[in-house]
Amino acid sequence: MVTATSSLPQAETKAATKSTQLTREKIRAAWIFLTPMILVLLAVAAWPLIRTIWFGFTDARLSVPGSGEWIGFENYLYWLDYGGGDGEWIGILADPTWWRAVYNTVYFTVIAVSIETVLGLIVALVLNAQFAGRGFVRAAILVPWAIPTIVSAKMWDWMLNDQFGILNDLFMMVGLISAPIAWTSSPDTAMWAVIMVDVWKTTPFMALLILAGMQMLPGDIYEAAKVDGVHPVKVFFKVTLPLIKPAIMVAVIFRMLDSLRIFDLIYVLTPNNVQTVTMSVYARQHLFDFDNFAYGSAASTLLFLIIAGTTILYIYAGRVNLSGDK
Amino acid sequence: MRLRSQTRSLAQTSVLAMVVASFVTGTAASAADLSIVSGAVGRDIEELRKHLDMFEAETGHTVSIVTMPASTTDQFGQYRLWLSAENPDIDVYRVDVIWAPQLANHFVDLTEAAADVVGDHFPAIIESQTVDGRLVALPMFTDAPALYYRTDLLEKHGATPPATWVELTETAQAIMDAERADGNDGIFGFVWQGAAYEGLTCNALEWIKSNGGGQIVEPDGEISVNNENAAEMLDLAATWVGTISPPGVLGYREEEARGVWQLGNAVFMRNWPYAYALSNSDDSAVQGLFGVVPLPTGPSGEQNAATLGGWNLAVSEYSQDKEAAIEMVKFLASAEIQKDRAIETTRLPTIVSLYEDADVLGAQPVIGEWLPIFQEAVPRPSAPTKANYNQVSQEFWTAAHNTLSGNGSGAENLATLERNLMRIRRSGW
Repeated sequence: MVTATSSLPQAETKAATKSTQLTREKIRAAWIFLTPMILVLLAVAAWPLIRTIWFGFTDARLSVPGSGEWIGFENYLYWLDYGGGDGEWIGILADPTWWRAVYNTVYFTVIAVSIETVLGLIVALVLNAQFAGRGFVRAAILVPWAIPTIVSAKMWDWMLNDQFGILNDLFMMVGLISAPIAWTSSPDTAMWAVIMVDVWKTTPFMALLILAGMQMLPGDIYEAAKVDGVHPVKVFFKVTLPLIKPAIMVAVIFRMLDSLRIFDLIYVLTPNNVQTVTMSVYARQHLFDFDNFAYGSAASTLLFLIIAGTTILYIYAGRVNLSGDK
Repeated sequence: MRLRSQTRSLAQTSVLAMVVASFVTGTAASAADLSIVSGAVGRDIEELRKHLDMFEAETGHTVSIVTMPASTTDQFGQYRLWLSAENPDIDVYRVDVIWAPQLANHFVDLTEAAADVVGDHFPAIIESQTVDGRLVALPMFTDAPALYYRTDLLEKHGATPPATWVELTETAQAIMDAERADGNDGIFGFVWQGAAYEGLTCNALEWIKSNGGGQIVEPDGEISVNNENAAEMLDLAATWVGTISPPGVLGYREEEARGVWQLGNAVFMRNWPYAYALSNSDDSAVQGLFGVVPLPTGPSGEQNAATLGGWNLAVSEYSQDKEAAIEMVKFLASAEIQKDRAIETTRLPTIVSLYEDADVLGAQPVIGEWLPIFQEAVPRPSAPTKANYNQVSQEFWTAAHNTLSGNGSGAENLATLERNLMRIRRSGW
């Protein structure tokens, strides 16, 4: 670029030096502005993460201050020798409760996020249409998302109560059930109660992200489809859905990350039930309730790896699909 | 509105207290600003505030209460976290009888400070709070559950309080059926604590122990829980869920059970002494209509069992004013306050002489009846399992909860439990 305009070499060189200097100054300023944020991120994100991973390789206990000897992978997997060829594998990777927690978490994530995506899409379609009072409805639908999870969980806990709960009362009044159901304590319904509350809470978030995607769509495509007389259902599947797919993908990844580490809802609704123990609940239990800080740290590390792995896999798979469509 | 005015008056009081404190500091012993953390069921906090107000008036110190959720399992996690972080904000902790061995390192040794009063308490309770020769907490009140029953309903249907769990099952079923036939739709036979938490460990330990099934881990460290008597009782208890007990009992803690009972919707309830005074209060549907007997015995057992509970007060090693904190602990554990607690809220005193006190027995005769129940109470295996107790308890309540919710038989779940406990124990507790 510089060589192309060589008619005024001297002026050009001057300009070039000036621009490089400017660029350099800009970069320097950028670094000055970025440094505090990087430092904060290192302090609140990177450092705790590194500490947690490190604790996972030690025998640290909260009841013994200053403890924490390096023991390698013993928290993860360890052959406990009873002597005479007898023994068994212990550690997180050999703990059925951990795998139960992994299964619960994945089960919860897949079901809850799927339902939320479909419902969120429907709500977004409705909110995208022109109707009187749309602004009010858009604001109103955000209410569940605005309530702190711990508050809405406790609220639902009371509504789901088998003796005093309004839900049982309503269902019995309309004749859907004949006897009150103990939603949160019965093993058959506990997980579904949690899923239902999560769907109630996070569908607005899904709807909002998808709605934002919809509002970016160009109007002329729809006009063309209308002129050609294409059926609205076909328009939705052939035009709207492919165009808002990136928005949906982003919304899903947000929700997925969130639900893989779900803790608060379960801690309030169904604490300690094996049917609903998730990876976070398991890690917390070992970190604080049991005297197993190192073991809990190892579980947290695995949780981190599983979430990171899922995200990478999802982004990778998502891209492949996108290019496959074209 | 009310909350705001309370906050304001609280703010005013504390400002006033600070002003007063700044005047007093020169002359009297310095007034401290203390805080106590406590979980609560029933009227615990209201009552604690009353006693702290008395303490404040007497000493000039100010004390604020940090409240906690009712579930002991939740409280413990938070306390461990605070203590490990050497939190100086909390001076006094109200701790469960089973926590002493697990948190001992973080508490002040009270042996010397309490030397003048330890002799008044039951030696067994003092011993339970002594770890490696250090007295880590002073007892506030002790606890042992009993069977609450409806005198009116038993009389109406010609039944007597049950002596065995089988009798209880039959009586509860019969009365419940008869009452429901009469149109009393909401009534259940028996409510207890079936949620997956420490309370279920207490309930299930009573079933097993009362059926000759041992106490999970014996004092010498032996894992005894996997036996026929224990399995038999777990299977019997599993038949209650959905029949004489509401299906939701699998999510009930103390207060949920009391809620059903106090509305008049249960024939029997297993609960701690605190529920006695509350059930007799003016807004209770069962006021004057109930009695208390020791918990029943199992079909293959000889002796009934009640789990030993109780709450104690410990001073944090990280408190900035240990002397004032110890003063507060001694005040709250004193005979005078324990007596008031017994009369107002039927909390069992830990001071021997109070069981012969005319005022206590006159106001709450049931305290005297409770003495033998608590004296024979069975401790949870927190002493032999030491730092592993919480994990042992969690494994135990999971096995019980699984059996109750129809997830495998008692025998199957106890076999799994035994294997898991052996893993936790490894070479030694």
